[in-house]
This record gives sequence, C-alpha cells and structure tokens, in this order.
Amino acid sequence: MEFLKRDTRIDFIGRRRIAALISISIIVIVLLSLFFKGLNFGIDFTGGTLVEVSYSSSVNADEVRTNLRRSGFDNVIVQYFGTSRDLLIRLPADPEADAAETSSLILSSLRMPYGETLTQSSENDSQRCVFQDGKVGNCTVQMRRVEFVGPQVGGELTEKGGLAMLYALIGILAYVAWRFEWRFALGAVVALVHDVLVTVGMFSLLGLEFTLPVLAAVLAVIGYSLNDTIVVFDRIRENFRKMRKGTIVEIMNSGINQTLRRTLLTSLTTLLVVVTLILIGGEIIKGFAVALFIGVLVGTYSSIFVASPVVLELRIARDDMLLTKNEGEEADSLP
Amino acid sequence: MRNHYPWWKWLIIVVVVIPGFFYALPNLFGDDLGIQIRGTRGATLTSSDLTQIQSLVDASGSVYRSIRKDDRGISIRLTTPDDQLKVRDLLEQELGNRYTIALTLLPAAPDLFASVGAKPMYLGLDLRGGVHFLMEVDMNSVSRRAQERYVADIRAALRKEKLRYKEVHNRPDGAIEIWLRDASRLPEAQKLIQQEFSGLAVDNVEVQGGEHLTVRLSESEVQDLSEFALTQNITALRNRIDELGVAEPIVQRQGDRRIVIQLPGVQDTARAKRILGRTATLEMMLVDEEHSLEAAQNGKTPPGSRLYRMRDGRSILLKKRVIYSGENIVDAAASIDTQNGGPIVSITLDAVGSRINQRITGDNIGKRMAVVYIEIRSRNKINADGQVVTDQQGRVVRVKERIEEVITAPVIRDQLGKRFQIEGLDSVTEARDLSLLLRAGSLAAPVEIIEERTVGPSLGRANIEQGFLSVIIGFVLVLVFMLLYYRTFGLFANTALGLNLVLIVAVLSMFQATLTLPGVAGIVLTVGMAVDANVLIFERIREELRNGNTPQASIHLGYDRALSTIVDANITTLIAAIVLFNFGTGPIKGFAVTLSIGILTSMFTAIFVTRGLANLMYGRKRVKSLAI
Repeated sequence: MEFLKRDTRIDFIGRRRIAALISISIIVIVLLSLFFKGLNFGIDFTGGTLVEVSYSSSVNADEVRTNLRRSGFDNVIVQYFGTSRDLLIRLPADPEADAAETSSLILSSLRMPYGETLTQSSENDSQRCVFQDGKVGNCTVQMRRVEFVGPQVGGELTEKGGLAMLYALIGILAYVAWRFEWRFALGAVVALVHDVLVTVGMFSLLGLEFTLPVLAAVLAVIGYSLNDTIVVFDRIRENFRKMRKGTIVEIMNSGINQTLRRTLLTSLTTLLVVVTLILIGGEIIKGFAVALFIGVLVGTYSSIFVASPVVLELRIARDDMLLTKNEGEEADSLP
Repeated sequence: MRNHYPWWKWLIIVVVVIPGFFYALPNLFGDDLGIQIRGTRGATLTSSDLTQIQSLVDASGSVYRSIRKDDRGISIRLTTPDDQLKVRDLLEQELGNRYTIALTLLPAAPDLFASVGAKPMYLGLDLRGGVHFLMEVDMNSVSRRAQERYVADIRAALRKEKLRYKEVHNRPDGAIEIWLRDASRLPEAQKLIQQEFSGLAVDNVEVQGGEHLTVRLSESEVQDLSEFALTQNITALRNRIDELGVAEPIVQRQGDRRIVIQLPGVQDTARAKRILGRTATLEMMLVDEEHSLEAAQNGKTPPGSRLYRMRDGRSILLKKRVIYSGENIVDAAASIDTQNGGPIVSITLDAVGSRINQRITGDNIGKRMAVVYIEIRSRNKINADGQVVTDQQGRVVRVKERIEEVITAPVIRDQLGKRFQIEGLDSVTEARDLSLLLRAGSLAAPVEIIEERTVGPSLGRANIEQGFLSVIIGFVLVLVFMLLYYRTFGLFANTALGLNLVLIVAVLSMFQATLTLPGVAGIVLTVGMAVDANVLIFERIREELRNGNTPQASIHLGYDRALSTIVDANITTLIAAIVLFNFGTGPIKGFAVTLSIGILTSMFTAIFVTRGLANLMYGRKRVKSLAI
C-alpha cells in the first residue's frame, strides 16, 4: 500500500502569503480570546478543592448542591462527571477556611443524608461505612478522588510552567542554531510559538479546563512539532548541497514535498494513538489527549507552512548553508 | 560487506534484549495478597519475632504461601482476602503496639527475579490509590522559637557573670536587644556573648551608641535550625505514619521547607490528617529506687510513683514528678565516645532545661533517670463483639488513648548541665534510634498541608484498566497500519515496536521509576511516535529505489541518510522532555520519564534492530525487489 504514489510537486512556499494570512488571523482570534475570555484554569493553578464521588445509584446534583450550601459551602460547584452516579464537586480557594480540612468536611456532609460515617477500609476495596443502625457496609457515597491545592502551590505552578516553556524554547533554539543556522533556529521557534499559542488558545476558545496534564501535553507538542520541523529542515539542508542550480524557493519546496509523505504518515500514527486516548483513556487523560490532538494537527501544518517560509523571509542564502557542517558527505560519496 | 552486521552488533542486541525481557517479566505475574509487619518507631524485627508470627499464623489455620523476613520487615503471602483480614486481626490482637501491621499487595513473581533485583514497575498513587500530601514547615516559627531560647540563654549567661541587665528582649525584626544597668560593662557582655555563643553562631554583635547591644541569628544558624527542624519533622511524621498501618509509606523532603508524604492504599484521609497533626512528647522522670518493683507490680504502688513499661516489655517504677520535657531538648545526636569508643547520644538542652537538669542531677548522682515517650492516640471505640460503637447521631465514637513507654533509663554519673551524654548503649544503631526518638517526640515546627491528592481504589483500578487498554489498542492500530503500509518492512518495524514496549517496561522496572497515569499516556504517545524513525527510513528506501538504486544499495542508503535526521529530531524532543522533568511534580514527572525512556529505547529498536532484521532477510543475497 502506498498513498501519494507519485512524487508531489506542490508549491507550498508560493502559498506562504495565504498561509501567513490564515495563521495570523487564527493567532489574532486566539489572542483576543486569551485576553478577553482567558483560560479556564484548573485547581492545579488556581488552588482550591476538588472532590469526585460515585454514588451507588443515580443522584440529583441540585439536591447535593443545596445540601452542601446549607452546610456552609457557599461557592460550591456540583456537576455530573461522566454518568448520573458520578459527581464532581469543586470549591475555590478560601483563605479563611482550614483548607486541608475542607475535603474531609465535604465528604462527611455528602454522607450525612445517608446517615453513614466512614470506618476502617482496607486497601483495594470499596470504602466501608458505619450506618445509623450500627451496621457496617459499603458506603453509598464512594470517594473516587480528592485534590486540594493550596494557594501557595498554585501560584508557583503558573510561574514554573511559564518558565519551563521558556527554557524548552531556549534549549531548542540553541540546539537548532548549533546544528543548522540561526535563521532555521528562529524559523523553528516561530513555528513552535505558533503551535503553543494555537493549542492554548483553542482551550480558551472552547472553554476547556486547562490543567497540569494539559500543560504537560503542550510541552510534548513542542517536542513533537519540532520533530516534524527538523525533518523538513534536514531535507532542505541536504537539497541546498545537491541542487546546485535551484532557487531557494525550489529547494525548500522540494524538501517539503520529499518529506510530505513522512510528515503525514507520522501524524497519522500519532493521531491514531491520541484518538485512542481521547476515546478510552478516561476522563482525567481526556484534556491531555485533546491538547495533543490539536497540537499534532497544528504542528503538522506549521512544519509545512510556517517554519520554512519564516526562514525564507529571514533572507537565507545558499552561502549560509554551505558554511555549516556537511552532514551527508559520507553518504554522498557512496555509489 | 554491505547489509551485514558484524558479530558484535548482534551481541549488543542480545545483551540488551535478553535482560530487557528478564526485567520486564515480573510484571506479568501479578500480586499476592499480603501482610507486612514492621517495627514501630525505628525498631527492627528479629528472627524470634519471625518464629512468633509464624506460629501465630500456623495456629490460625490460614493458608499462606510464605512468611519471610527482609530489610523492610516481615511479609506474609496469603491466598484469600478472608485469610488476609483474619490474620491481620489476629496479629493486631497478639502483637502489641511495637509493630505496624499493614495489608498490602506483594509481587507474585518467583524468587529468582527478586534475588537479582527484578521487580514489577512501581505504580504511582493515581494507579494504585492512596493519599499524597505536600506539607510545608513553618520556618518563621523555628527562628522565633530559637530567638526566645537565646533570650533565656543570654539572660542566664549574664546572670552567671554577674552582669546585671535591665532588659534582654526580642525585636519583631528578629534581633535581640541587651540593655545593661551599667552601660560601661557592655564590652564585657559582648565578649561573653561572643565566647559563650560562638558555637551557637550569634553574630553581628554591635554596640549602638554605647547603650545597648543587638545580636542576631546568623545566616548559617538559621539554615542549621531550618535543616534540623525539617529532619526532625520528617522523623516525627514517619513515626506517626507507622500507626496508620501503611505498607510502603514514603516520607521525603522536597526543597528546603517541604515534605512529601505518600500513603498507598489509605482511604480515610481525615484520619491520616488527624494522626499526622498530632503531638507526642517526651518527659524525663527519676526512677523510684527506694520502693520495691515487685510490690508495685502486685498492686502496692507507693504514693508519688507509678508503674511504667519499658520498650522491651519489662516494668519500671518511676517518680511521678516530671523533671523536664522534650520541649527543652534542643538537639540530640548519636556519636562515638572518644574515650572508650562506645556509642553515645549527646543531648543539648535549652536554658530552662539545663538549669533544672543541673539541680536535679546534682542531687541524684548514682540514681537512674528515665526518658518517657508519651503520645495521645484516638481510635474508633469498639464494643465487646468487635463492632464499632456509634452515638445517637450515628457518628462513630472515638476514644483517646494515652501511650506511655520508657525509652531508656540510664544511671546519672555526674552533675549534668546544658550538654550531656547517655552512655551504656548496646550498639550504634540503638544510639541512632534513641537520638531519633529524643528528637522525634514532637514536631520541631508546625506543618501545614498545602496540597492533597487522594485517589480511591476504584478510580485507581479504572485508571489502570483504561491506561492498559489504551496502550493495547493504540499499539494494535499502529501495528495493523504499518503492516498494511510497509509489508515485510512493516513487520520489522512492528517487531521493533513490540520490543520497544518491552524495553520501556524493563527500564521502568529496573530503576523503579514511578509509573503514573500521565506516564501511561506517555507510553501510548511513544508507541505512535516511535514508528516515526521507521517511516523516515522506509520512505527514504522507497525513494532510493525510485531513483534507480539496487535494493541492497537502497537499504543501505535509506538507513544511512535517515540517521542524522532521526537523531536531530529525537534530541530536540528529548530537550522538551528533560525540561518537563525538571519542572514537573509527581504525575507530570511520570510523563516526562516514560517519554524520555521511550525516545531512547525507540532509537535503539527502530534503527539498530530493524536494520538487523533487514540484514538477516536481505543481506548477502541477490535481491530483485523489496517488499516495502
């Protein structure tokens, strides 16, 4: 099996104006969204308490909300999580309350209507409760997950996350500048910033929750998108040496076309597994996988339409490339 | 010869692949139900403990696979959950509070694997369930308390030298001001403080306008105090966790003022928080040697005295009056006596403690002084039938229980003061344990939980199942695609991909890196991205074939030309993964770890192994066409 059997000769570089227009308008839209709508940060960043519980049968979220409000949790948010038996309960950070105790209080409030209190439960087993009549059995309300993040930690994380992104970009800039040429390094970084902005921006536009795993996915997107870009650059560098007569646009076009099949194939296999993660990885991994999905799509686009045109606009010349290390020399000398 | 591997390249493959399979294998055996028994408060278990436990379990009639002692303690492998609970209850009844008994899962792989350190992967709390706390130590209060101590110490020193002071007090900015009645004697006071407290690193002594002195804790002193507070808190927390009955608790420092606590399998976070926040103390009392111990044991305790238990179970009669308490202990360290080479514990007291110590020990030379460990625990009240008792509102009734235990009762040989030693200990280990206990009685500084992540067992199980399923489905999809698209070469790539998975599991198992849910996602992602190297190579081979090269030359050129691209592309991804690792907290680190391992192993399998397979298939032959 083979698709795109014939060698493609698409003039990608020639369409760089249209591509730039598309990219810039998307970036403007996401920047506006980031600026006005902002990101729906998860508690990892904002601080607060999150409790996921599973009831033994369907439960009315409104009732639970009223009940919790009556217990003094005024700002509580209660939503279904997956099924009508599972609830996700959130509370924003409250500097007044004894924050670490909040989750325990929420759980005991949830169990109050059923007259049950948690008792000793063993590992790998359902939680056991003592009921009003003194009998012991599985709790009606099963705690699935509790997350509490104090405000100290949340603030740090936002800062550290931004710094991590910056360090990754600087490291990559240095490596590509060393292996290729500074214009290529800048082209790669522009493509990466483009990908990060669009991925993060889509989370803002769609109002999806931006959690710690999503941030990890964005960093992984940096790695992935760069992978694509480097493959294209590598081929362009090779062509600079081989195609003595071609113009720079021709050299770039042929490089992109020659690697096109690979670019699409790898994106395809990666998207296969990412879609698998979205569909069956579970609720916690979903946000992470969605970020990867957007990132892989955008990264594929940018390695074709953004990275090389930027290098071209930076006025790369043939001499710049011939001065750099001659990677393929050994292979060229073979018959 | 082209497309032929020399013998040493095959050797490399064999040397990597065989141990890879070996280290990955323990993951296939699953777990046995188990019980783990450890000594509390740093006590070690002996072989007599093993015999005792063995006979207890034998008598209970439960079916067990093995009972074994290792460096962690004693572990029992059982076959049914009922037996597990039965044996646990039995042991809790029979063995006193000297032991921590925890239900756990033990790897079921044959001993052969464990003997060479091949263990299953270490699962993070999001996969196995449990509690994670991040605690912050209040370092401000550490400095504040040190200042207060110094104020008392300085007053005592001045009094001793008959330097009459008007006032010695703390300033809110952390300095201590000293006002003398006779300002002309300030230089004397300065000299005294520099002499007496040089070891305590009070520096920055300055005479301001000849009226008073200000002194401050030096940077290094603040650092030492913080370091001490952190280690002492870690020890204290570890001791408390023993009571929770957790099989593999983790208590680790993070940075210079935080402590990470992980309690696998714990479900009742409220109880965990209560126990971690609890206070334990030490009290020093004199041993009552005037009255007979036997009489007291027979119920004739003399007034003013009480019976206590020693750690080894023997009884001891102590005078009720508390001489001083653990709060007066500033430091306790185990070391070796320079004179006779025996193990000792050196103790430093604060001003109050040393004054009392001086007086009491001066009057009681030749007698014994006992160190008592006191702790208040609360537990569910249980009635005679072993049922939990509840009140009218259905809440579980909890009872407080006071645990008192005499750690040691050495003879007073001399009048003691601020610093003294406990001698006559059996071993260096005993000295170390005692110093830990002396320090660990109470928390050196308040701690606050600043992060909690708890995962219930049902979610943990769901996470494992979904994660495992994602890996399998993602893997199969990619396999099918590669086979359809590249035929024979696809088979090479698939072999490499399978091997890659085995190697990732092997490396994770070997280094016991924590596998988290994002870590599993990292493996899934690696599966998708690992074939990239093969796609690059195979596309290049097809291209060389189209350019009119012979099959043999095309294979050679394809691998050769794709190599630098693959390396460049992977190194940049690795840069991102390393940054991620340095930035990340627990789960994110897990993702960075699997991603990095995946990148490295996939380079080996996708380039080195597939080339070997291609060489085996096509090398040294006349080949007309390639199935690619």
